[in-house]
Amino acid sequence: MAGFDVINTGAPRIDAPDKSSGRALYIDDMSMPGMLYGAMLQSPYAHAKIIGIDTSAAKKLPGVKAVVTSAESGSVKFGVSPARYDETIFCDDKVRQIGDNIAAVAATDLETAMKAVSLIKVEYEELPAVFTIEEAMAEDALLIHDAFPRNIGAEVHQEFGNVEEAFKECDLIKTSSLTNKRQDCAFIEPPGCIAHFDSSGTLNLFSSTQVPHYVQRTVAMVLKLPVGKVRVIKPYVGGGFGAKASANHMELAACLLSMKTGKPVKMIFNREQIFLHGRSRHQFFHTMTTGVKKDGTIMALKHECYLNGGAYSSFGIATIYYAGSLLGGPYKLPNMKYDAYRIYTNLPTCGAQRGHGGVIARACWEQQLDMIAEELGMDPIEIRLKNMMVTGDVTCNDLNMSSLGMKECIEAVRDTSEWKKKKGKLPKGKGIGMACGFFVSGAGFPIYRSDTYHGTVIIKLTEDGGTALVYTASAEIGQGSDTAFAMIAAEALGIPLECVRLASGDTDFGVDLGAYSSRQTLMTGQATKEAGEDAKRQVLEVLSQELNVPVQDMDIKKGVIVFKNEKPDFSAIRTRYIKEHRGWTDNPGVDDPLTFREASRIAFLARGSIVGTGKYKPPELGGKFKGAAVGTSPAYGCSALVLELSVDEETGKITIDKVADAHDCGRAINRVSVEAQMQGAIFMGLGEALYEEVKFDNKGRVRNADLAEYKMPTARDMPRIDAIIVESNEPNGPFGAKEVGEGAIMPCIPAVLNALYDAIGVRMNELPLTPERVYQAIQEAKKCLARCSQD
Amino acid sequence: MKKLIQLQINDKQYEVAVEPNQTLVDMLRYQLGLSGTKKGCDLGDCGACTVIMNGKSVNSCLVLAIQANGATITTIEGLETEKGYHPVQKAFVEKGAIQCGFCSPGMILSAKCLLDENPAPTEAEIRSGIAGNLCRCTGYQKIVEAIKSVGEHTVDGPPANP
Repeated sequence: MAGFDVINTGAPRIDAPDKSSGRALYIDDMSMPGMLYGAMLQSPYAHAKIIGIDTSAAKKLPGVKAVVTSAESGSVKFGVSPARYDETIFCDDKVRQIGDNIAAVAATDLETAMKAVSLIKVEYEELPAVFTIEEAMAEDALLIHDAFPRNIGAEVHQEFGNVEEAFKECDLIKTSSLTNKRQDCAFIEPPGCIAHFDSSGTLNLFSSTQVPHYVQRTVAMVLKLPVGKVRVIKPYVGGGFGAKASANHMELAACLLSMKTGKPVKMIFNREQIFLHGRSRHQFFHTMTTGVKKDGTIMALKHECYLNGGAYSSFGIATIYYAGSLLGGPYKLPNMKYDAYRIYTNLPTCGAQRGHGGVIARACWEQQLDMIAEELGMDPIEIRLKNMMVTGDVTCNDLNMSSLGMKECIEAVRDTSEWKKKKGKLPKGKGIGMACGFFVSGAGFPIYRSDTYHGTVIIKLTEDGGTALVYTASAEIGQGSDTAFAMIAAEALGIPLECVRLASGDTDFGVDLGAYSSRQTLMTGQATKEAGEDAKRQVLEVLSQELNVPVQDMDIKKGVIVFKNEKPDFSAIRTRYIKEHRGWTDNPGVDDPLTFREASRIAFLARGSIVGTGKYKPPELGGKFKGAAVGTSPAYGCSALVLELSVDEETGKITIDKVADAHDCGRAINRVSVEAQMQGAIFMGLGEALYEEVKFDNKGRVRNADLAEYKMPTARDMPRIDAIIVESNEPNGPFGAKEVGEGAIMPCIPAVLNALYDAIGVRMNELPLTPERVYQAIQEAKKCLARCSQD
Repeated sequence: MKKLIQLQINDKQYEVAVEPNQTLVDMLRYQLGLSGTKKGCDLGDCGACTVIMNGKSVNSCLVLAIQANGATITTIEGLETEKGYHPVQKAFVEKGAIQCGFCSPGMILSAKCLLDENPAPTEAEIRSGIAGNLCRCTGYQKIVEAIKSVGEHTVDGPPANP
């Protein structure tokens, strides 16, 4: 293995000291002189025509500085995918979900703003609302968006190979289904923003976002400003997980209010507004039919999916494609047919959440593979090892596994969990289960059609030569990207991590598409590496002239210039450096090797500011069919997980006892952060498997819009997780690195389903596995058993 | 009508005029500028606003400011001394127990409170001790390991990763 000096260690995160001491500033910790407070008026109805809006009383309230509705905002449509821009800042004709945005107020304090909101009178004409897929697709259902008959917002029909023909050659064909409930990203930090339209005519937006770049573009487009007049700055962000991955109405309303008043305007969502804004995991209804040979060879998959999307498209077009395309791997699957429908309903809008689109599909299929293995008399691990892909394989839908440590992952969890000793041998009520998964390392294309670079990075060496300043517009949202890029920059330059200072999350620093689809480590990482190498090359070029040593005969390692051949006489450089630093107490000694600090100072004196630049855009990727852009990626991470659980058959309560998880993240940039991502992903997967469910009443209201009744696991609910890092050398990644953040969730839910079956012999097709559902399933199984024994 | 309260925060005496319906978290954050105390839900569910009041960890969004009249309060800003970070803070940094960091101040204060009462907690006691603090990033494992590393040797073995 190539020797690394900085990466591949578990260096403490560069942001951790500030975060542990309360110094780290999040959006609600910030304020500006003269700042106003904003509040939004949101719809109490799931579907209603707006007959009239009267803001006169609100405007008269002392302290109110501006009230805006669609009359002021205009109705430029926006959204995530340009093919489905179906939202406006404020509704102008009708509301399509509870929480739809109607007006916003800016006032001198929050209380006044909220009072003003309550004074806005809206006359509605309530319309019939649809909440389920069946209701929405009924022939006589009212259309939520006129252009989409039967409320089908998007549909996908793909076939790779020939599924029906392949089924004819199969020895076993199995059909099963799985559905989940909506989930909420439930980050602990409520999203918020401060917009400041300054005296130079620049709109500065500080926002708790995953994607400063997309927010910048959306704000510019909707408010009709040049992109150069919009600057988006991301302070520390308290988690995102997908729901902060697009511009929201609050950001746009705050910008508009600041433009109207000339004052900074702050707005923060409360917890109920977070649930109503939604943009988290869709509800999926998957039905899958898989055909296999007697020996377990997978031949074909026929897959149908319905998604309850809510009132607007958001990420939905990507979600519906991902739900199909991510089954192309990690098993060899020559034939795949996928038919899916994303349906508009009058519920809050769904979007992207960790493992975008693929999580429930993966759970459905991995449970089905276990059913098939059982019928064939195969061990679940055996059937997976038999079918798994290896490095260099290409899926039937053109996803290229440029590196894939699937085998190593499966073997690692098999051995760590002592699978062979336990599978089928645990007492009743205890079970063990396994599953695999894989995920993209970034999307091959931006959300809007463009040849743009996905990331640009600038590294500037300070004039004294001691420090490298890294500027990236990427988004640290908790996952540890700032630390990863500082480590990559240090490694590429050949200097210690302490010599790197990094600033991120500001659109003035360049282009970066942001934190979504597990893209930053690979993409921003590549741009960072290139910028570091560029800066290093410039330093070495100057040194080459000074010392008359060819550039290729020198390197920088651990902050010291390394000469591959004979060490030249660099005393002139040292003398110059020391002369310039008379009085300094840390100048290099006579016998010390030539340092990076001296060399880059000399480079500065010769050339002025040494600025290295880097950029990244994925190479040409496979797939020319419709929808090929969703799923193609420069690299794929993969994982395997074995989980043990106990079921209380009297109550249906599941306790997770142990988890062994292995993930191929390519080369681990920061080993502690990789483990942390794996553990966090499994936490989220277990929450979704066992507890998490956004519940609605029959008016479309969220019944549990708080963190007490929306139940995520606490420390007491979580088992110990053995996080095993499997490293491969990804040719398309920086130093061989690829994703971990989202892919790690993939095997979690199906491993629970499979372990549950091992424990009590019951197959579930509805998530989450609450005690009530499990108890009922146990009773059903008992009744079924009683009937069978009577026959 | 505002009411004047007196209290001690991080070893410093304060006299603050507060509204009767004002919560402690809002007073700390917006009136005194102690923004290290985070506000995640304002309903007492998430624990991000945890502070130590009279030796007990409390959700400061569920305490009215006037209820804190005469109280002694430690916020995250009060843990650091001239000697540097508190051992719990150091452990959180070193063990990788911090991701987005939004729950960290509350989590660290709950951990300190636990260790003050029980210097050698078992893993189960640690998990119970922080069960009122939700973390959406870490899965808690590195947090538990960090707290364990600060605690004295416990009945279920020495601290993890010495």
